[in-house]
Amino acid sequence: MGVAVIGASMTKFGQRDAWIRELLSQAGEECLTDAGVAPDDVEHLYVSNMASGEFEGQTGIMNLLAHDLGVLPAYSERVDQTSSSGGAGIYEAWQSVASGASEMTLLVGGEKMTHKTTGQATDIIASITHPDEYKHGVTLPSFAGMTARHYLERFDAPRESLARVAVKNHRNGVDNPKAQFQTEITMEKALESPIIADPLRLYDFCPITDGSAALMFTTEERAKEITDEYALVSGIGGATDTHVVHERDDPTVMGGVVESSKEAYEMAGLSPEDLDVAELHDMFTILEFLQLEGIGVAEQGTAWEMAMDGATAKDGELPINTSGGLKSKGHPLGASGVAQGVEIYEQLVGEAGPRQVEADTALACNVGGFGNCVITTIMEAAE
Amino acid sequence: MTLEAGMCANGHVSYPTHPLCPECGEPQEETFDLADRTAEVVTWTHSTATPPGVREPNTLAIVEFDITDVSDASDEFVRALGQVTTDEVETGDTVEPVYVEELRDPDAGIKVPESQDWDGYRWDPV
Repeated sequence: MGVAVIGASMTKFGQRDAWIRELLSQAGEECLTDAGVAPDDVEHLYVSNMASGEFEGQTGIMNLLAHDLGVLPAYSERVDQTSSSGGAGIYEAWQSVASGASEMTLLVGGEKMTHKTTGQATDIIASITHPDEYKHGVTLPSFAGMTARHYLERFDAPRESLARVAVKNHRNGVDNPKAQFQTEITMEKALESPIIADPLRLYDFCPITDGSAALMFTTEERAKEITDEYALVSGIGGATDTHVVHERDDPTVMGGVVESSKEAYEMAGLSPEDLDVAELHDMFTILEFLQLEGIGVAEQGTAWEMAMDGATAKDGELPINTSGGLKSKGHPLGASGVAQGVEIYEQLVGEAGPRQVEADTALACNVGGFGNCVITTIMEAAE
Repeated sequence: MTLEAGMCANGHVSYPTHPLCPECGEPQEETFDLADRTAEVVTWTHSTATPPGVREPNTLAIVEFDITDVSDASDEFVRALGQVTTDEVETGDTVEPVYVEELRDPDAGIKVPESQDWDGYRWDPV
């Protein structure tokens, strides 16, 4: 059964006064309005969230949101797949409609993080690591530092290529009113910012963010009755890589990206050459290179050249992260994968405003942990 | 305390150990200790934004142990992640494991102290 997306919304990302309850309900309510769907019509509700219990002490948030939005007695479920909870929510929502279990599914992703100190938030995120990694004080940024060093040394890539990713995504974020940072940065600023996990510096990392995003899914037939402007989920795949990061055969290959994108291309009957725009999980600048290679757009060890050539800029051959990416839009863990979906949906239905590019086919790659769990989604514009 | 690697009947080796081999799914019935071997640094970082209870900076390295001498092993090397004893380290350096009773403060982080071990090995450049 064809699965369509008929509505999208997201709250302002950034440092917000709102707690998880308000963030989720704001995005959920706006999505119902955007899709023109009554709360009564929602049959399944999925809430993507990594750690509301650890961050705020609030659990059971799928029930909380279902009640607040008046979608009772819809089936509700919280989806946790760490940083890829949002993508996993897209997978669940797609499954619910494709299987015939639900004709109208609302997905809301959100996270409230900024009330914690950077150290506390880093520790909550680092708690996803294996005990033999955690006890050494490893953090997700330190994995990024070690991987970036290996990539630069092995492929003789210039340090500047990583800074170019940061500069590009900050430039794109200027045109996104929902982004945490709507400010351009210079190469000098990126290259001279404080070291976080060398060779990576402050501007190689996404910020800590509060925010929520939502998407409405239905069948293709129902979508045609409701609206002229919708997108189809034509391919989706999910995969899991080793929990222990150093056990991977090749430190520069994200197996979950390779496998999930292969599955998504096969389902859609498409190949990397067919993509018009993509949102990649740039939690760290180096991840944009690893994903460009993992989804088959670039050969291993060459994605840095695309950054240097401007091929991934908004006016380049394959615009990457027109939303500003996690880098400037922000990364409220459970919301990020949903927000990637919001961006590619808006690009496909022509609602991306100043960020608009010409696109009929779009891909989103949402990465959990350090490539531990990955969801790749391909959407196409309705004909 | 050992730095224990696991090996299955097909000779696949991993550190840390797993109940079933990540490569082929057979039980890891054998183990051997990496603590008395040297390793080579594959990559490293100085982590400066460390969580509560972790030293700052925290120099970390992924190292590779040569295991070509292990009879029955079909893998030639096995990797491990660990803290480095010094901030002076480079890719390609040879290191040896040195035992440390407490790698970070068990009471400062989010994990329940009793749920896991906090001792282990740091890499000391030779």
